[in-house]
Amino acid sequence: MRRMARVVTAGTLVFATASMLTGCASGGGPAASSSATTDADAAPTTITVFAAASLTEAFDTLAAQFEAEHPNADVVLSYGGSAALAQQVLEGAPVDVFASAAESPMRTVGEAGLAVDPVVFATNTLELAVPAGNPAGVVGLDDLADPDLRIALCDPSVPCGAASEKLLAQEGVTAAPDTLESDVKAVLTKVSLGEVDAALVYRTDVQSAGDEVEGIEVPGAASVVNRYPIASLAEAADAETAADFVAFVTGAAGRRVLAEAGFGAP
Amino acid sequence: MTESTTRAPAARAPSARSARSAVAGRLSWPVAVVAGIALAVLVLPLAALVLRAPWADLPELLARESVLQALVLSFATASIATACCLVLGVPLAALVARAATWPTLPRRVLRAAVTVPLVLPPVVGGIAMLLLLGRRGPIGRLLEESFGVTVPFTTGAVVLAQVFVSLPFLVFAVEGALRSADRRTELAAATLGASRWQVFRFVTLPLVAPGVAAGAVLCFTRALGEFGATITFAGSLPGVTRTLPIASYLAMQSDPDEAIALALLLLAVSVVVLLGLRDRWLPGVRA
Repeated sequence: MRRMARVVTAGTLVFATASMLTGCASGGGPAASSSATTDADAAPTTITVFAAASLTEAFDTLAAQFEAEHPNADVVLSYGGSAALAQQVLEGAPVDVFASAAESPMRTVGEAGLAVDPVVFATNTLELAVPAGNPAGVVGLDDLADPDLRIALCDPSVPCGAASEKLLAQEGVTAAPDTLESDVKAVLTKVSLGEVDAALVYRTDVQSAGDEVEGIEVPGAASVVNRYPIASLAEAADAETAADFVAFVTGAAGRRVLAEAGFGAP
Repeated sequence: MTESTTRAPAARAPSARSARSAVAGRLSWPVAVVAGIALAVLVLPLAALVLRAPWADLPELLARESVLQALVLSFATASIATACCLVLGVPLAALVARAATWPTLPRRVLRAAVTVPLVLPPVVGGIAMLLLLGRRGPIGRLLEESFGVTVPFTTGAVVLAQVFVSLPFLVFAVEGALRSADRRTELAAATLGASRWQVFRFVTLPLVAPGVAAGAVLCFTRALGEFGATITFAGSLPGVTRTLPIASYLAMQSDPDEAIALALLLLAVSVVVLLGLRDRWLPGVRA
C-alpha cells in the first residue's frame, strides 16, 4: 500500500508541475496600456493597436513614423486573425485602435457599441503563393483542386479564408486543402518553409515575403476585394492619441506606406 | 534563565498540546488565506466556464458535425498516442531508473532530455518537429524521397505531436514506481534462474502496474489537450488534424458558444477520466 501511495505521489507531482507550467505559459495577454504620467509637460502615452495579420509590415512602419512625429506616444501593436482580435476586443482587451482585414469583424465590434466611426482605409486582393522556384509547377487556381498537391488556405472564419472561399466558388474550383490556418501569416509561413506547394494569400503578403515566396496572379481575384476598416475604440484609455493614430493611417502618410506595401486605395 | 528552564516541564504541558494541534490541525491563517487564493486561481476560471455555458443549446451545439468530427479525432489520436507512449515510455522509464547508478553527467543529460518536453512550450516542440520532419527537414526529405511519405498535415503528425508532449508524464510516473519497487523480489527471481527479460516481464512490470496505469491516464489527458505542437506541426483540417482544442480555439473567433461547448466537453472528459479511473487505477488517492 505504501508503495502505491508513493507511485501515486510521483504521478500527481508530475501532473501538478506540468499544469502549473502550462498555466503560466498561457497566461500572457495583450499588453496593458499604461497611462503613466511622469511630467505634466511631457505626458508619455501608450496606445495599443490590434491589427489584422496582413497589415504587419505596413503598420510596423506606420507606428514607427507616428512615434517619430509624436515623441511622447508609444504604439504597441498586436497582430492576429481579425476575427480573433475582434473577439478579444469584445472580451474587454485594453485596446485603443482596431484595424480589421474585412468589414464583418469590425461590424461585430461596432454592434457592441465599441467602435468609433469605422473608416475603410485600404483594400486587398488574393493571389496564389508558391515557394521560391515553384517546385510543384503550379500555374493557376485549378491546381488547388489537385489532391496530390499540399495546399494551405485560411480558415473560412477569418477574412482571408472568407475571401478565398468566395473566389474559389466564383471560379468554380473545389479546393483540396491540407490545412486551414487561423490567419494569413500562418498560411504564408507554410509556403515560405516549403511545407505546402500552393496557398491563397493576399497580394501584399506575397510582396512582404520577399524572395522565399513567388506570387501567381489569379484571373477573377480583382472582383473579390477585401475592404480594411479602422476605428478608435469607445473605451480607449487615450481617445485623443487613438484618434490621431487613425487619422495618421487614413491620411497622406498612411496612404503612401500602404500603397508601397501593395494595398489598394479605399 | 535557569528558573524558567526548571519550570519548563510544568508550563509545557498545555503548550505541547497546542503544538500538536498546530501541526496536525488547522493551518495558520496566512497560509490558509494564500492557499484559498491559490485554489481560487485554479477553480474560478473553470467555474466561469461552467456558469457561462449555453446549457439550453448544448445538445444542439455538441451534435454538430464539426464537434463530433473533432471529438472522434481527438479520442482516436489520444488513444493511439497513449498506446505509443506505453510501448516507448516503459523501457525509457526503466533506463531512467537504472541511470540512478550512472555517473553524474550522463545521468543528468538523460534526465534533462526527458524533462525538456515537459517544460517546453508545446509550440516550440511543433516548430522543432516541422524542421525535422517537414519536407525540407533532414528526416522529412529522406522519407519523401525514399517512400513518398510526408508527415506534416496528417493525422499521424497529430499523434506524433501528442506523443512528444505526453511521453514524459508516463516516463516519470513509471520511473517513480520503479525506484520505489522492492528490488529484492527481482533479485529472488534472478537467483531462481529467471532471465533479465523474464524478470522484467513477470516481476518488475506487475510490480509497477499501478504506476504505469497512472502514467497512462495522465498521458491520455495531456494528449487530448495538446494544442500548440499540433497546430504548428499538423495544421488544422476538419476530420484530419483539427482536434478538440484547435476546434475550440477557432470557434472562439466566430462562434463563442460553440467554443464554450467544446471547452466544457474537454473539461468534462478530463474530470471524468481522472475521477472515474481513480478507484481502479490510483488506489492511493482514496486516502
